[in-house]
Amino acid sequence: MRHGKYPFILSFLALPVGLYAWLVLLPFAQAFQISFTDWSGSSNQFEYIGFDNYVNLFKDDRLVLPALRNTGIILVVLPVVTIALGLFFAFMLNIGGRSRQGRIEGVRGSRFHKIVFFFPQVLSLAIIGILWKQVYAPENFGGLITGGLEAFGLPSPVNGFLADKRFVLASVIAVLVWSAVGFYLVFFSSAMASIPRDLYEAGIVDGAGRFQTFFRITLPLLWESVQTAWIYLSIIALDVFVLVYMMTPGKGGPDGASEVVGGVIWKYAFTHGEQAFASALGVVLFFAALSLAVVSLRFGRRERIEF
Amino acid sequence: MATQTSIETRKPPAPAAPTREPRREGAVMNVFSHAFLWLWGLMVIIPVVWIVLSSFKTTREIAGDPLGLPAAPQWDNYASAWTNGNIGTYFINTLQVMVFSISGTMLLGAMAAYVLARYEFRGNRLVYFAFAGGMMFPVFLALFPLFKILDNVGMLNTYPGLILVYIAYSLPFTVFFLTAFFRTLPTGVAEAALIDGAGHYRLFFQVMLPMAKPGLIAITIFNIIGQWNQFLLPLVLMSDPEDAVISQGLANLALRQGYEGDQGALFAGTVLAMVPIFIAYVIFQRQIQAGLTAGAIK
Repeated sequence: MRHGKYPFILSFLALPVGLYAWLVLLPFAQAFQISFTDWSGSSNQFEYIGFDNYVNLFKDDRLVLPALRNTGIILVVLPVVTIALGLFFAFMLNIGGRSRQGRIEGVRGSRFHKIVFFFPQVLSLAIIGILWKQVYAPENFGGLITGGLEAFGLPSPVNGFLADKRFVLASVIAVLVWSAVGFYLVFFSSAMASIPRDLYEAGIVDGAGRFQTFFRITLPLLWESVQTAWIYLSIIALDVFVLVYMMTPGKGGPDGASEVVGGVIWKYAFTHGEQAFASALGVVLFFAALSLAVVSLRFGRRERIEF
Repeated sequence: MATQTSIETRKPPAPAAPTREPRREGAVMNVFSHAFLWLWGLMVIIPVVWIVLSSFKTTREIAGDPLGLPAAPQWDNYASAWTNGNIGTYFINTLQVMVFSISGTMLLGAMAAYVLARYEFRGNRLVYFAFAGGMMFPVFLALFPLFKILDNVGMLNTYPGLILVYIAYSLPFTVFFLTAFFRTLPTGVAEAALIDGAGHYRLFFQVMLPMAKPGLIAITIFNIIGQWNQFLLPLVLMSDPEDAVISQGLANLALRQGYEGDQGALFAGTVLAMVPIFIAYVIFQRQIQAGLTAGAIK
């Protein structure tokens, strides 16, 4: 094993590490550097201005502050709703349809449900954006929801859901949840499959109902999976951009009601030509992601239950 | 996870009152949960079926009669999406990019992961964490410097540039996942091969890669879906609409139809983009689900 080990290691690592350093690590490092300058991005002239960009970030109440607020909302709502629905569906499909002679199994048609629920996960966000933009469209553009509400004689927003300040963010979050639930259903299902059946059977013998089974047996044993799901969804929440870009008026409107941090970085970098400012916001996003991961790893840890 | 029955609960749960009526609760829950499952199923199916129906309608029907069926199927929409909308070109563009980006990702990812998983050397952990940490980086932060870097070497707006970027940004997860996978492979076979005189290279290509097949397949599927759906990187790095990949092309089409008002063609294009994914999904449904969730479960 010793003979020629280091040349081998080097030859295998050189290309991947080189490419990764060049196209991933270097741009990230440069972005940090740029965030302390006043570089516009187009010229070669810039000066270091310390933390000015960071200070100005929190004065920008037109784009940055609404974006921070909205991304904050998504960061809370998306994981909570998606995990709750994912757990509920996974439980129903794997364990919920119970008690044919005390055997534990999912409700009927669970295979079909899994296939259907997961489908949005393989669709691109561009497709999902086009699809849902039309679903939310105003009634006179043939929107599905507005048209449906109309058919029942119910009121609906005149300009559709996406052009309405009150509904636009919730509408985007709903689409995010819609596309993510299937993934977490399958994810939690595989975790549930590794819980030994006799635990449930023992629970039933002791007279536990479905609620008790879920909260006393399933949830504690799935804790690690829930934690992983939470990190994944938080990162997705911080990176929301494509749907806002595709669906909302003005890529973040109306009136900043659906601006998100990713979208604002993109706007400053590629349409306003304020590179340094965009980078500063990117750095803030970076540390948000980092602290989320650290927090969840440090405080989310529980005693591991072995079975 | 062996089926050991030694359970270390934190504290024994309080004994439940056995006087509950589990049957009643069961019946109500059954109706409720079944209804909810079907409701969610319909929420997935209806918009998709509806957009397929709409793709056969005239623009007037789409706006005027959203809930009705098309009076006569408008195949024109599809012709228009394919030719004016360039959906066909976008398909080919995407395939051209992905043939190279996927094989490159898998080859480089497997090489790095294998060395990191099976060889002791200084800096092993550092390289590993550099890759793994990349999974968390918000890509927005890197966009503009990346744009400049490619511009400086003349690779902006070129497929080789885009391919290298796809590979580089797929590496973190690929390396992370495959490292874990290579660690699980038995050492006995590798040692036997070395004793038989196989070199490090032969050991990798002829012994370890075949053994790692299940992991490689799972992560290949993951990367195919990820790169097929990639939107942000091509949006920034490929500005010529002729060269657009499929997601980006659809977005351009959506933007254009906004002005031209040819909704039918837009939906036809969307359906065309959806069909190959749908077919692949129906056939490989199990593998795709396993592939996409594999990394999360490890």
